Amino acid sequence: MEKIAIIGMGMTKIEANKVSENFADMAWEAVNAALADAGMDIKDVSNLITTSNDFWDGRTISCMAVGDSSGAREKNCSCVEGDGTYGAFYAMARILSGSYPSTLVTGHTKGSESISSLITNAAFDPIYERSLGVDMITASAMQARAYMDKTGTTSEDLARVSVKNHGNAKNNPYAQLPMDLTVEDVLASEMIADPLHKLDCSPVSDGCCALILADEETAKKFCKKPIWVKGAAFCSDAYFLGDRDLAKPKSLVAAAKKAYAMAGITEPTRQIDLAEVYDAFTYQELMWAEGLGLAEYGKAKDRLKNGDFDISGTLPVNASGGLLSGHPVIAAGLYRMAEAVRQLRGEAGANQKDGAKTAVVQGLNGLCGQSHCVWVLGNE
Amino acid sequence: MIDQDLSKVTPQVYESKIGVPYTWWAGDTATRFLEGIRDRGELWATRCGKCSRTYVPPRKNCPGCFEENAEWVQVGPGATVVTFTVARRPLAAIPDPVPVVFALVKPDGADTAMLHRIGDVDPEKVSIGMRVKPRFAAERKGHIRDIECFVPEQG
Ligand SMILES: [Zn+2]
Repeated sequence: MEKIAIIGMGMTKIEANKVSENFADMAWEAVNAALADAGMDIKDVSNLITTSNDFWDGRTISCMAVGDSSGAREKNCSCVEGDGTYGAFYAMARILSGSYPSTLVTGHTKGSESISSLITNAAFDPIYERSLGVDMITASAMQARAYMDKTGTTSEDLARVSVKNHGNAKNNPYAQLPMDLTVEDVLASEMIADPLHKLDCSPVSDGCCALILADEETAKKFCKKPIWVKGAAFCSDAYFLGDRDLAKPKSLVAAAKKAYAMAGITEPTRQIDLAEVYDAFTYQELMWAEGLGLAEYGKAKDRLKNGDFDISGTLPVNASGGLLSGHPVIAAGLYRMAEAVRQLRGEAGANQKDGAKTAVVQGLNGLCGQSHCVWVLGNE
Repeated sequence: MIDQDLSKVTPQVYESKIGVPYTWWAGDTATRFLEGIRDRGELWATRCGKCSRTYVPPRKNCPGCFEENAEWVQVGPGATVVTFTVARRPLAAIPDPVPVVFALVKPDGADTAMLHRIGDVDPEKVSIGMRVKPRFAAERKGHIRDIECFVPEQG
């Protein structure tokens, strides 16, 4: 594959309720931060991909509305509805086509403006399911229980994810919920839907993230520390939850296998220095870490307990604080990519994994991880 | 004159909603399923001729083989709880008082589970592997909630 790099990134601070910026203002901030980071002017970018969700924006074809503040005027601009990692994949494909030297990709969500339970309920089939009243949290709770039943993972194990990630967020200036927690705090928090307590769930958040991807020539022209795409792949599973074995991340295993093959990763636990995964709920960090081959199936809880996934551990997972510490839905995967870029540049401050060379990032789309998008990034 | 300094602005909020009525045609496949629960209190599924997987709720095609599911087979009424949750917070999507038990239940003879609710039981007593059966509403309209919920098979 041609070499593709991430040469610029910009994140807004993730907040519960951004009152001073509307969705387009957030894009303005993130895009300008990414351009400044890359040392580029908007004129240096010929095209862009925005990632958004019309339900969350409360506006149809909202990708058209966010263009003006993203620098889309008189440019080739296209949109992805889904997680930002998929928008980045589209950006990469454009560059690989040979027609685009660089592509700007953005993702934004203002979760604060609507009611997430109603929006995620609308993801269910209207004939067969929707009127039952299930939403993302209750569906994920069913997946958590299936996973715990199959693997012997306990509520204490899940709580350790929350303690770690909220603690990591204390050193992340972009995080919404830095917190000093104990396992007991998590277990004592409100039970929303068994087995998920409030502190097992990511918060409702506002934020926008922008990345600039480029071909090798452009990367070397603009960027001192390009972060290279070593592998990228995605894969989907069945739509209906009851068609899947919810306890196992089948499509993630398949996506990781493809991405690792591209990147020459044969022993992920040895060759990968850190991971940023889609921890919308505590159990998901463990499940996805296993799907990415960072622990054997059912054993992520042991690695977590052993401290392996801590910043000081052998394989930090969500050193940034993850989505538990701030979850702007559509932008979430792009934030994971940007946090990996910070690490691989050695710019992660107190959260830095010393000598990090290779990172794996995972985004997802659909209920309970129907589809996963895996990126292997490196600084060499 | 207007103050040029935006830091002195107190942002306003605009409250509104999007209300768009939809009429979703169920299509022939889902309609046959809905007629089964409405007219006969039966669960009907479709089966793939290639891999023999039996799908409930029924789909026109097998997503695995990408073949048409040409055969109809009756499944249940006995079913097994695959996984479940007890919703305790009154989340906005839940149209009834909590606690509500959501579950994936696999009817006997089906290879997939269907999403529904568990009722007539103490939520604390629901477990994976529990045997259940559908409880049908007395008055049925050809709607998924003609099945009021799944209830313990015994008792
Ligand atoms: Zn088949």
